[in-house]
Amino acid sequence: MKRARVITFKIDGQDIGAHEDETILELARQNGIYIPTLCFLEGLSQYGGCRLCVVEVKGTDRLFPACTTYPIEGMEVFTDSDRLHGYRQDILQFLFSERNHVCSVCVSNGNCELQGLAFSTGMDHVEVPYLNPQLDVDASHPLFGLDHNRCVMCTRCVRVCDEIEGAHTWDVVGRGADARIVADLNQPWGEAASCTSCGKCVQVCPTGALFRKGASVAEMRKQATFLPYLSQMRAGWQNEEK
Amino acid sequence: MIDRFEKIKRKEREAAAGVDYTIGVCVAASCLSLQGDKVLDAFQEGIEGPKEEGSPPSRCRAKGVGCLGLCSRGPLVSVTKQQDQPADDQSRVLYQDVTVDDAPRILEAHEADKTVPDILCPTDTPFFERQIKIVLENSGKIDPTRIEEYIAADGYHALLEAVTEMTPNQVIDEIVRSGLRGRGGGGYPTGLKWTTVAKAQEEKVKYVICNADEGDPGAFMDRSVLESDPHRIIEGMTIAGYAVGASRGYIYVRGEYPLAIGRLKKAINQARRQNVLGNGICGTTFNFQIEIRLGAGAFVCGEETALIASIEGKRGQPRPRPPYPAELGLWHEPTLINNVETFANIAPIIRNGGDWFASYGTATSNGTKVFALAGSVAKNGLIEVPMGITLHEIVEELGGGTANGHQIKAVQTGGPSGGCIPASYFETPVDYESLKKLGSIMGSGGLITMDETSNMVDVARYFMEFCMAESCGKCVPCRVGTVHLHNLLDKIYNGKATHKDLALLERLCSFVSETSLCGLGQAAPNPIRSTLRFFREEYLDLLVDEPVHAISEEVAA
Repeated sequence: MKRARVITFKIDGQDIGAHEDETILELARQNGIYIPTLCFLEGLSQYGGCRLCVVEVKGTDRLFPACTTYPIEGMEVFTDSDRLHGYRQDILQFLFSERNHVCSVCVSNGNCELQGLAFSTGMDHVEVPYLNPQLDVDASHPLFGLDHNRCVMCTRCVRVCDEIEGAHTWDVVGRGADARIVADLNQPWGEAASCTSCGKCVQVCPTGALFRKGASVAEMRKQATFLPYLSQMRAGWQNEEK
Repeated sequence: MIDRFEKIKRKEREAAAGVDYTIGVCVAASCLSLQGDKVLDAFQEGIEGPKEEGSPPSRCRAKGVGCLGLCSRGPLVSVTKQQDQPADDQSRVLYQDVTVDDAPRILEAHEADKTVPDILCPTDTPFFERQIKIVLENSGKIDPTRIEEYIAADGYHALLEAVTEMTPNQVIDEIVRSGLRGRGGGGYPTGLKWTTVAKAQEEKVKYVICNADEGDPGAFMDRSVLESDPHRIIEGMTIAGYAVGASRGYIYVRGEYPLAIGRLKKAINQARRQNVLGNGICGTTFNFQIEIRLGAGAFVCGEETALIASIEGKRGQPRPRPPYPAELGLWHEPTLINNVETFANIAPIIRNGGDWFASYGTATSNGTKVFALAGSVAKNGLIEVPMGITLHEIVEELGGGTANGHQIKAVQTGGPSGGCIPASYFETPVDYESLKKLGSIMGSGGLITMDETSNMVDVARYFMEFCMAESCGKCVPCRVGTVHLHNLLDKIYNGKATHKDLALLERLCSFVSETSLCGLGQAAPNPIRSTLRFFREEYLDLLVDEPVHAISEEVAA
């Protein structure tokens, strides 16, 4: 197979050597530069929905999501600035205001990526009014539960179910703020015939939206070994394809 | 092939020569909703129905035609005298607000070479005289359900010339020379887009897509073109297919346009039968198939990557660009995607040459633009004007000012992605750059006029409500931001907001437009930004220093 061309560019002033087919996010991580992400998960396809990873590029006012943007020779990327920091806080504020995220009663308290991002970006208050929508909890599955109140619509569950498990139980229904994760054709999870009960979706969920039944407040911890497994699965799959 | 076209032309001429008057009844959606079809039936009944013994055969024939333009006075009926053919707009008689009962009167009058003065529509007004018709050249003249009339009006001649006498590169050169820019709103040079797709790897399968998912509030240009002259789109797409090396095309029409869909389907079948579509087009080795795909009501599917996902059978949501569809489009193949009006311009450009087209319009925006003139103006309808015409001319001269005696306050162009332009800027020429400078966009051609009775905060709120309902929900800034922006506007309009809320509104506007994934979110704050820029005092008038009972109300809720 023809390997992509090698180029050099800069992230935050640091010289980076790269293949043309590596994203800015991958390269930043390889070089120890932190860019916050939420919908991105190594081993799954890129989505570009959360917009937390937006970066600045010298010479343009436009912002680019690091997870789906490929560098070009001589590009100068900046991953942190007052503007980006403010926008990242805004995105987190939007997410907290959109549904009902109450950490003190959440199974994932202390193990939540949304909570962690709020800590690390210093988002200490929500400026916009809370929308407080009335949302359901689907507890029809014997092993797991889905709490729409805590969902951030990152679609990691949709992608892991489709791309790794191959079941495609999950999908998205509705538009805009009414968009929801649904099992099969908008059925209760417990009645979804395609679900293999593998639990991959629960492992990749960044918040407490998908949880193991029986977990109480702050008890829902993810398996640390699952994520490496995910990228290995993906890598193996890609090699087979080639 | 050309012999066949000539034969069809001759037959059409003979049919027209058999009578003295040809009566054209508008059968596009607007006039149909006012019983235009019943009017047509009444004319046919009057011509072909039982007559008194010994009376001579009728000197008239009646047919359905496409949009006649002045939609607010429909149903419209045009009467063309035989020796006037080919008729231009000025030499025919037009009747407005025609009812079923008027049909016998019109017939009777014209049998005696007279007219019916009380329902006569004056055609010596700027609304008709200032228009230059390229896209709409056949609208209101030919029967959209008959390919023979399209061919008789020089239709498919451009395709024949392209596939038999020109190389694909020559076709593209002609488009580049015309300076045509995308009519869907972005204004990307069409020739450049065609070149990019043509240059994509030769061994690849390529696709041509016509974006007919017209969704801006108040816009109906594409619908009218599809209903009035469907063959024009088929011809434009087939020429595009030949130029870029594609053999399959898709027309993505919104499901809310059943009449347009029906006429397109009929037109595709007719075109296949005439060998101007399908395999071995015009006796050459060029093959091109067109399929229709229906949209299911999502506005965002007008965004090209979402449209492609929708054709593929996936959830219609956009993906980040680049890669652009020209490189990685439908089924991951290079794809040319243009708007209805862009394709409608192709055949005339090939027929008359790129330089001819470039002679219309301004230096950077060539040709004409079709606008759907809506709102407070006296004359609502479909107009085609040269680029560079001023807004004042469109609104005050063509549109005839307001119907209710109020002053025009602003026009809104570009739908929910555009902005409001105040009357003080009406001397601005209509071209891509000038409108952009004013914080609006050319858009697909919706032009909504508003008079003094409109409140601009309410206008912005309306458009934000639209964006909120139509956001796909993929990216956070658009999904949540449109809700917050709408709520803030609602708060301001209801007199409950403070200066702090206005500051938040302005900050969120730039946040949403800079971080959103696709054009819908990036442009969603435009109606707010442009109204804030030109009508800031209307926002300030509604602000209160302290929120009135805000706390107690929240508790109560």
